[in-house]
Amino acid sequence: MSESTGLPVSHPLRPDLVHVAELVPPGSRVLDLGCGPGTLLRHLIDDRGCSGTGVEHDPDMLLAAIAGGVPVLDLDLDADLGEFSDRSYDMVILSRTLQTVQRPSDVLAQMARISDRLVVSMPNFGLWRHRLRLLSGHMPQSRELPFAWYDTPNLHHATLVDLENYFAGLGLEVEQRVPLTEAGRRLRTERGANLVAGAAIYLLRPIGR
Amino acid sequence: MTTPDPKPTADPAVEGVGLVETRSVQLFTRDDPLRLAGGASLDEVNVAYETYGRLNDTADNAIYICHALTGDAHAAGLHVGEERPGWWDNLIGPGRAIDTDRWFVVSSNLLGGCQGTTGPSSTNPETGEPYGLDFPLLDMSDFVTVHRRLGEHLGVRHWHAVVGGSLGGMQVLEWELTHPEDMDRAVLIASSSRLTAQNIAFSAVGRQALMRDENFQNGRFVEDRTPDVGLSIARMMAHITYMSEDAFTEKFGRSHQYGAPSRGFGIDFAVESYLDHQGETFLTRFDALSYLYLTRVMDYFDPFSRPDALTRLQHDPVSNLIISFDTDWRFSTAQSRRIMRTLESARIPVTFREIQSPWGHDSFLLPIEPYHATIRAFLEYDDGGQARHE
Repeated sequence: MSESTGLPVSHPLRPDLVHVAELVPPGSRVLDLGCGPGTLLRHLIDDRGCSGTGVEHDPDMLLAAIAGGVPVLDLDLDADLGEFSDRSYDMVILSRTLQTVQRPSDVLAQMARISDRLVVSMPNFGLWRHRLRLLSGHMPQSRELPFAWYDTPNLHHATLVDLENYFAGLGLEVEQRVPLTEAGRRLRTERGANLVAGAAIYLLRPIGR
Repeated sequence: MTTPDPKPTADPAVEGVGLVETRSVQLFTRDDPLRLAGGASLDEVNVAYETYGRLNDTADNAIYICHALTGDAHAAGLHVGEERPGWWDNLIGPGRAIDTDRWFVVSSNLLGGCQGTTGPSSTNPETGEPYGLDFPLLDMSDFVTVHRRLGEHLGVRHWHAVVGGSLGGMQVLEWELTHPEDMDRAVLIASSSRLTAQNIAFSAVGRQALMRDENFQNGRFVEDRTPDVGLSIARMMAHITYMSEDAFTEKFGRSHQYGAPSRGFGIDFAVESYLDHQGETFLTRFDALSYLYLTRVMDYFDPFSRPDALTRLQHDPVSNLIISFDTDWRFSTAQSRRIMRTLESARIPVTFREIQSPWGHDSFLLPIEPYHATIRAFLEYDDGGQARHE
């Protein structure tokens, strides 16, 4: 019975999540896929008057979210997003999780069905540091991609350029792009983002909506 | 209410809520009868209940426990002279997931039951005889009516949480749909908003076993000629559905009760002996008529089919925790997911977790660490003072 009581109710918001939160209009109903311990939702509920639901499959994260009072569903992103009704949320968020799902296209299609606004963030494989690592003959490792190639939850890697082409192919229009430094802060300039951004956050809209 | 003998980790008399007793109160009388959803009324309703922990000064730390088909008011602690603690003792007690140092816990035997609350084997005040099949058919909402009255009697008008497994979860669901203002949180474990055809089929065979017993006598059976054969068969069959195939395999395999095989039609395999024992012990604590009445309530329960089923709850949302167990094939994860989906799409705050456990439906009675941790986290999260203190 030791598992839950010691969990902190709120954690400080990760720098990149601060920027995700800024994309969410106050009062929105938010679905956070891969919500982890629910810190983003907790922040949105407490500070931006939002309501919403998290989805998380990892037992420890799930328990942390519950202990934080965040409504959270133990579902598999690859299999279970059909549980949600069409356009039932104002915004659906997939933060640093797209690279871990089996079928990203299916997940994005479900997200576009569930909401008219999508927030997706993903590490940038095209970061100069990653390119150097490859040039030196090694798989990239960095703050954004800390895992060894043989022991990583990340199934897919993309550069920002690849990612944007991919979104376009899926009928998702980039409404806003927030490139981040490796520390998760906003890059001052958009120029050369594919080389200098550790990750980027995208606000997407299904074309025509 | 039995099976894969959870290892007692501590002496419940020392570690748990200690000695308890079941109390009884008359909640409805001839002057103030219980009006049932079906139109009939009952002039006298007595309810057996137990409480654990203390109600605080603001009366906002109360938790109601709704029991399953064959449960009773004795959820935790020990009765004098007994060694076996209450049926949910591993969950309820000081420092346990439902922490009685913090919460005031109420557990009652439900209407139609046979463990101290008025049911079909109680004496009909009109005739001085047991009701038998003259007892009116019950509805899930009748259980809720009686629970609420018990709350009033105990000085609790608002519950921090209402908690139940299996049929208990169905009561929780009915309660929050009809009186959401009564509670802040609802916990529904291994439950269902609508039995499947297979569920109803199992119930039907159980009832047929009872009603075709030669002693059944249209419900007018007498003390020494009760439909024991039927009731024990009903229990044995139901019991199979409460366990998973893996649980049976792990517990018994194909081992023989007496070491070596003794071929024939008697009890030979260990699993046969176990079921026989389950059927027999059930007779000492359960009543055939209660079995009929209570299973039938479950069959007809389908609250989401009612027009505007969710309107009240949407107006006054209750935070829900839905838990299922992956090997439960009687009240499967699909059934819990249906509740989850319905509430979520109605914008009711809902948390859902499927727990891995090899024990099937009976898992909800067992001390499974992630399961209990989930309940504790849900009951104890700080809602920032949004709770209604009425």
